[in-house]
Amino acid sequence: MKRSVLPTIAHRLAILCYIAFALFPLFWLLKVSVTPNDLLYSEGVRLWPSRTTWDHYAFVLQHSAFPTFFKNSVIVAASTAVVVTICASLSGYALSRFSFRAKYLIVALMLLTQMFPLVMLVAPIFKILSPLGLTNSLTGLVIVYTAFNVPFATFLMQSFFDGIPKDLEEAAMIDGATKFIAFRQIILPLTLPGIAATLGFVFTAAWSELLFALMLINGNSAATFPVGLLTFVSKFSVDFGQMMAAGVMALIPAALFFLLIQRYLVQGLTAGAVKG
Amino acid sequence: MASIQIEKLEKSYGHVSVLHGVDLDIADGEFIVLVGPSGCGKSTLLRMIAGLEDVSSGEIRIAGNRVNDLHPKDRDIAMVFQSYALYPHMTVAQNMSYSLRLRNIAKDTIGSAVAAAASKLGLDPLLERRPKALSGGQRQRVAMGRAIVRQPKAFLFDEPLSNLDARLREQMRAEIKKMHGDLKATSIYVTHDQIEAMTLADRIVAMHGGVVQQIGSPLELYDRPANLFVAGFIGSPGMNFLAATYAGGSVRLADGTLVALETVPALADGESVTLGIRPEHVVIANDGSGMRAAVELVEPTGFGIILHLSLHGLPFKIFTLDREALNSGKEIGVRFPAQYLHLFGTDEQRIA
Ligand SMILES: Nc1ncnc2c1ncn2[C@@H]1O[C@H](COP(=O)(O)OP(=O)(O)O)[C@@H](O)[C@H]1O
Ligand SMILES: [Mg+2]
Repeated sequence: MKRSVLPTIAHRLAILCYIAFALFPLFWLLKVSVTPNDLLYSEGVRLWPSRTTWDHYAFVLQHSAFPTFFKNSVIVAASTAVVVTICASLSGYALSRFSFRAKYLIVALMLLTQMFPLVMLVAPIFKILSPLGLTNSLTGLVIVYTAFNVPFATFLMQSFFDGIPKDLEEAAMIDGATKFIAFRQIILPLTLPGIAATLGFVFTAAWSELLFALMLINGNSAATFPVGLLTFVSKFSVDFGQMMAAGVMALIPAALFFLLIQRYLVQGLTAGAVKG
Repeated sequence: MASIQIEKLEKSYGHVSVLHGVDLDIADGEFIVLVGPSGCGKSTLLRMIAGLEDVSSGEIRIAGNRVNDLHPKDRDIAMVFQSYALYPHMTVAQNMSYSLRLRNIAKDTIGSAVAAAASKLGLDPLLERRPKALSGGQRQRVAMGRAIVRQPKAFLFDEPLSNLDARLREQMRAEIKKMHGDLKATSIYVTHDQIEAMTLADRIVAMHGGVVQQIGSPLELYDRPANLFVAGFIGSPGMNFLAATYAGGSVRLADGTLVALETVPALADGESVTLGIRPEHVVIANDGSGMRAAVELVEPTGFGIILHLSLHGLPFKIFTLDREALNSGKEIGVRFPAQYLHLFGTDEQRIA
């Protein structure tokens, strides 16, 4: 009896520690966001303030440009996620199923793009986008984010396509489907978990991207939310309460998004395809 | 339904040649079985007919039309995969109707075609299930059902039963044979199981190393195998082979015993030959006549008994229905009836 209980407790405890460790920054974010300004520095370090307030939230929503940042971020992150996922599905499928001459060259090039520190690329990209009128625009950001996310997303999608038996599309072609119809009606539905994972990955990456958003955008009208957060930092002080309140609200869409796709993330859709 | 002609068909992957010029003429409604050991190119040949592999050289004609460059969907054939390849996100009914839906056939026509195929295969209660909720045998039936809902020019089967247990395999084998009797559909069936080959085929195509070894009815292959490979491959337990030399109407075995032949082949005295005899054709001579062979192992199969012997120091098998064989001592006598002897030359081809 004792021997079976102890490991279970240790196991649970370990998981608890892990969760606490992972979620603590979020908790702190929440805590600061509801702490009134007068208590922020006066109460010392404690887990929960003696008095809480929604004032920071109200202020952020009513008196800052946060709603604009938020809207911009949703547009940029969602468009990037959709565009990248479409490109990556097609290219990942090609890498998984077709053999063509420049395949390895293309793979090598795509890997190469992942090796540069992005900071090195800021200046040239600004140089390219500026004459096209794509700086200070959401479209410009979507293009840049798409470019940076497609290679990794392609590899991600390729691995999902690799997991789908080739027999399935061959069966579809014999049943009378063209390659494209087999892709759309048989392969794509089975890749939903992969598509969900890719969407989620790219969405979060674009949602929290700061470097390019900072460099390519000036002014509030096209700023995304990570840039917007910095507006709470002024020369003389940082308004932590408002910044954290904005941060908590910025988490909501990402959390919702994952709630929406998690069903596909965990589903083993290909079960039953082959013998077994 | 249609005939299929295959002419000088070759396939290579890069520098690796897999099929070396296959010629095959399949009549309308014929059931052809491709047999051969694993890796001999059976699947490759089948997939080339289906259009899933490119043709390196040679020609495939279905119903007289060259199909080398035709997309699989335009060849109008149906195929049952070894892995079944059921669409996991579709129900059994949707799996079966997919090919018809792709052809934009009227809904009620599809409905009745699916119902007919389902009742033929006993799938009615399963129509709304997904493949993952089916047993292996049921999945296999759905794969069959998907093939028979339409009337294609030909059916292709790639080891469709190899993932089933022995009992189910036997049952499906019989059902496939019955179905072919009903549909009279041109069929090409790949297997490495010679019982399937023998029982199903109108004609067997025995393959080895990408080369067709012999084409003929099951009994032709059994009675008159064209070469050592076919002789050894068809039949279970496999044929016994003994090295021998020709000596005027007889052959002389390693120990000097002379074995009489039924006919006189065109051979010079002293030429090396290989003598073959099936285990079920060897006669046990308990009267002291015949060659002496040491008994090494006795395997009762229920139906009959397999005796593993050592003849002149070489392994040798007998299959007999005589229960007396269970009581054979350390040694028995064996005789080779002349009408059951097979003779192969040094080039491994059949002489007589
Ligand atoms: N895509 C491929 N590339 C290279 N060699 C292949 C490929 N597919 C099959 N082969 C080779 O072709 C030979 C025949 O394969 P296959 O037709 O699957 O044999 P079988 O079905 O008779 O077991 C095998 O030796 C296999 O290694
Ligand atoms: Mg095979």
